[in-house]
Amino acid sequence: MAHDHHHHHDHDHSDLSETELRVRALETILTEKGYIDPKALDVLIETYESKIGPRNGALVVAKAWANSDFKKWLLTDATAAIVSLGYEGRQGEHMVVVENTPTLHHMVVCTLCSCYPWPVLGLPPVWYKSAPYRSRAVADPRGVLSDFGVTLPKDREIRVWDSTAEVRYLVLPMRPEGTNGWSEEKLAELVTRDSMIGTGLPKAPHEISK
Amino acid sequence: MNGAQDMGGVHGFGPVQPEPNEPPFHAEWEKKALALVLAMGPAGGWNIDMSRSARENVPPGDYLSRSYYQIWIAGLERLMAERGLVLPEEIDAGRALYPPKPVPRTLAAADVDKVLRRGGPTERETKTNARFAMGDRVRAKNIHPTAHTRLPRYVRGHAGIVEAVRGCHVFPDTNATGAGEDPQWLYTVRFEGTELWGAESDPTVKVSVDAWEPYLDPA
Repeated sequence: MAHDHHHHHDHDHSDLSETELRVRALETILTEKGYIDPKALDVLIETYESKIGPRNGALVVAKAWANSDFKKWLLTDATAAIVSLGYEGRQGEHMVVVENTPTLHHMVVCTLCSCYPWPVLGLPPVWYKSAPYRSRAVADPRGVLSDFGVTLPKDREIRVWDSTAEVRYLVLPMRPEGTNGWSEEKLAELVTRDSMIGTGLPKAPHEISK
Repeated sequence: MNGAQDMGGVHGFGPVQPEPNEPPFHAEWEKKALALVLAMGPAGGWNIDMSRSARENVPPGDYLSRSYYQIWIAGLERLMAERGLVLPEEIDAGRALYPPKPVPRTLAAADVDKVLRRGGPTERETKTNARFAMGDRVRAKNIHPTAHTRLPRYVRGHAGIVEAVRGCHVFPDTNATGAGEDPQWLYTVRFEGTELWGAESDPTVKVSVDAWEPYLDPA
């Protein structure tokens, strides 16, 4: 059945309509009962739709690339270093940053649910919460990387962090060559979300507009 | 519990499908689903471990056929039904059929930013000495709790090295059932890929989990 795309699609579609109705019903009932403030829903949506996203993490990474003292702080007390830039709270209460090197590549997963560092990366993408990623990231990380078009040298150690507790991991990717003297703002443009999860690499200087 | 949520090492799900320029939400109802779940936390009075337990304690087929926000909504419905806050027939009817129950508090729009910034730290004061130290060899217990646990099956029975001591954290196994926070030492334990997946597997891979002390034996 997994290979029967048409059937699968139709199935999803009818489920979604049913889900839409239930979510609408829940909003009505919770409001009627006074359990929720409907205006709080708008603020929550606005927060995660446009205020908290991977741009935050990119600025953290760029600062670490540009400032060795900040990098040292980030690698020893990530939570405090990240709070100093204004990113804190829900799903980022206990942060750990792990650094990629020419011999070591880090990758982050949550095999049990969808744990993800919200204050620096926003909400997780669908693939991060999906069964293919959660099942294979720990058993076949190179195979997963190839799904993302990433091939690493065969002797590169791959270190997978399964977020099974409330510690949240952020990957500090390697600074691309040819970026000497770049501002933090410009460096941040090279930092992709996936490079901070470990399923991608930062952009090369020629990939961004000058 | 040995449920469908515990996915590490399961075969047959196919390739990962990254979505270029993925938007934060794929439908209006997903926005509402996220917001309802976050807004009901303070009113419902449950904790994150109770939420996870409610999401995963379902027949595996149900878990696997739902999208992630569908899993969240099903979990929310369950938590509310268990507490009599909203009953299934009310959701079917699309309106409240019973008077509200008193709730500890309601998340006001003006407090959202403050509440999100505060988050829910799980580290607690240490009252015992850590049994293990960095570099110690430990073995994940071969245990199969039928209630909520955060020790994935793929490490059970396997030996690894304590890579970091993370302090004392709320213990999910008790917190999920309402039996209290019972904080326990938390360790990052690193396993060789070949220890977990066999001698034929990629020798360059190492995998860690964060494991509470009751999950571990000395090795």
